[in-house]
Amino acid sequence: MTVKLDIQLKRGGFHLDAQLSAPAGVTVIFGPSGSGKTTLLRAFAGLEPIDQGHVSIEGADMSGVPPHHRAVGYVFQEPRLLPHLTVMANLKFAQKMGRVGAGQSFNEVTDLLALRPLLERYPAALSGGEAQRVALGRALLSAPKCLCLDEPLSALDHGLKQRIFPYLERLRDQTKIPILYVTHDAAEMARLADHIVLMHAGRSVLSGPATEVLADPAAVPFLGVRAAGTVVAGRVMSPDPVTGLAVMGFDGGQLILPELAQPEGRKIRIRIAAQDIVLASEMPKGLSALNILEGVISDLHQGQGPGVMVQFKVGRTLFLARVTQYSAAQMGLVLGQRVFAIVKASAFDPAGIGT
Amino acid sequence: MSWLSLSPVEFQALTLSLWVAMVSVVVSLPFATAVAYILARRRFWGHGLLNALVHLPLVLPPVVTGYLLLMAFGRRGIFGPPLEALGLQLAFTSAGAALAAAVMAFPLIVRAIRLALEAVDPKLEEAASTLGASSVKVFVFVTLPLSLPGILAGAVVGFAKALGEFGATITFVSNIPGETQTIASAIYALLQVPGQEAAVGRMIGFSILLSFGALLLSEVLARRMVRR
Repeated sequence: MTVKLDIQLKRGGFHLDAQLSAPAGVTVIFGPSGSGKTTLLRAFAGLEPIDQGHVSIEGADMSGVPPHHRAVGYVFQEPRLLPHLTVMANLKFAQKMGRVGAGQSFNEVTDLLALRPLLERYPAALSGGEAQRVALGRALLSAPKCLCLDEPLSALDHGLKQRIFPYLERLRDQTKIPILYVTHDAAEMARLADHIVLMHAGRSVLSGPATEVLADPAAVPFLGVRAAGTVVAGRVMSPDPVTGLAVMGFDGGQLILPELAQPEGRKIRIRIAAQDIVLASEMPKGLSALNILEGVISDLHQGQGPGVMVQFKVGRTLFLARVTQYSAAQMGLVLGQRVFAIVKASAFDPAGIGT
Repeated sequence: MSWLSLSPVEFQALTLSLWVAMVSVVVSLPFATAVAYILARRRFWGHGLLNALVHLPLVLPPVVTGYLLLMAFGRRGIFGPPLEALGLQLAFTSAGAALAAAVMAFPLIVRAIRLALEAVDPKLEEAASTLGASSVKVFVFVTLPLSLPGILAGAVVGFAKALGEFGATITFVSNIPGETQTIASAIYALLQVPGQEAAVGRMIGFSILLSFGALLLSEVLARRMVRR
């Protein structure tokens, strides 16, 4: 299943001109507020009329089709549950409207999102996180061919977000439909994205598989310096024999993750921010840092600011490090040069560790 | 308790008033809901004109409304003869009294329903459309249930208004005991004759009781809507 969008529209002074193609899995649409992410999603769902372009789901043209015939499940920033209906009736609303089709069964969805204890309640009696989970379940039960999630976690506090992430990860791994996920939170993107589309001023400027886009120095201006950083996918290994600390193995090496609390053998992904890596041209000695990786510089990118983005490869895994122009000149960094990367332990935010 | 016992004429006026008010509200409710929906949700050329037209009976002298009804639905009016051919005579009949009451109550009913519809969050309707609901289904399953207390409040206020309608009714359908004589016109007739203070008092008592009850009920419904 694939969805394709090519949308041009004007709203007042705002001009949206965006293209994207999303296969099954999570495609994160990332950009600052006002970059047109939500408008793009709404236009895709038929909630916003478009001036030009087309929308297709599985090759079928959906451009002129009204929203109730598009089979696009939509989760808004706020839950938008129908207040006069119970959770159960909200979940079964789409079915009552005649939306039936292949998709997850009622039991599967209520289990996936742990909704069973909530079924008899009215939306007014739900907490923010519960209501958003119901909204997610309701969208899943509308027999969608594609799912749109518009910053579904933005209204929730940090703790609640952490509790909903595992549900979203399970959803990503269990459904076979494309999920378009809008966010402006880099950690959220790194944790969930299979693919990434970067939006800037109404345009889709860069897109591709998450690991590639995040490792692309050209993407840094659109991500912002703080959000720049790569995602490393790997598996939990047996604990380090010397220190007894948890270890994650990836294609090219190992990382010691003190705060990792996942069972051995589990597939995990972590985000390492570019600003949390220190580079050295020689093997450093006498350091407190646990992780020193040896790599080869594969790209250098000088931005408008005082920094330089250095992309380097450890085995087949790409990393990004941010150093100052001064340091880059002092170290004489060039393409193909061998470098040692010191990864600070603080780089591993336990909240950023996904499965 | 003899002062409480109603004469046949008074009893007829009371039941007729209730019948007229009931019929006028039931018949005008669907139209009022449609007009309120159009006024609340659609923007079109002539929106202001429609709004003014709906509210006209509220500000026009009732006798003028009654006269206009006579021009339209009287036996020599524009629609009178064709309706009579269909077996429906409105002038000087109880059906006509219901029409006059409905026209007079219409602005109040529309107002209440429009407020209720405007209080329904369009975001919920949008969410329902992504769940497969066509615009008709969105109205039936989302908009209508959410604005129901307001619609009921409108019906109750309209009922109270129809119950007390006098000017347009007496102009359009006159004051015929047993056919078009409602509580209001009965009180007017009784006041023309000396020595009917007890009867007048009884009718006024009923008037106050019914109107007050209706207002209380609409207040309760309106409060329930706010709590949503």
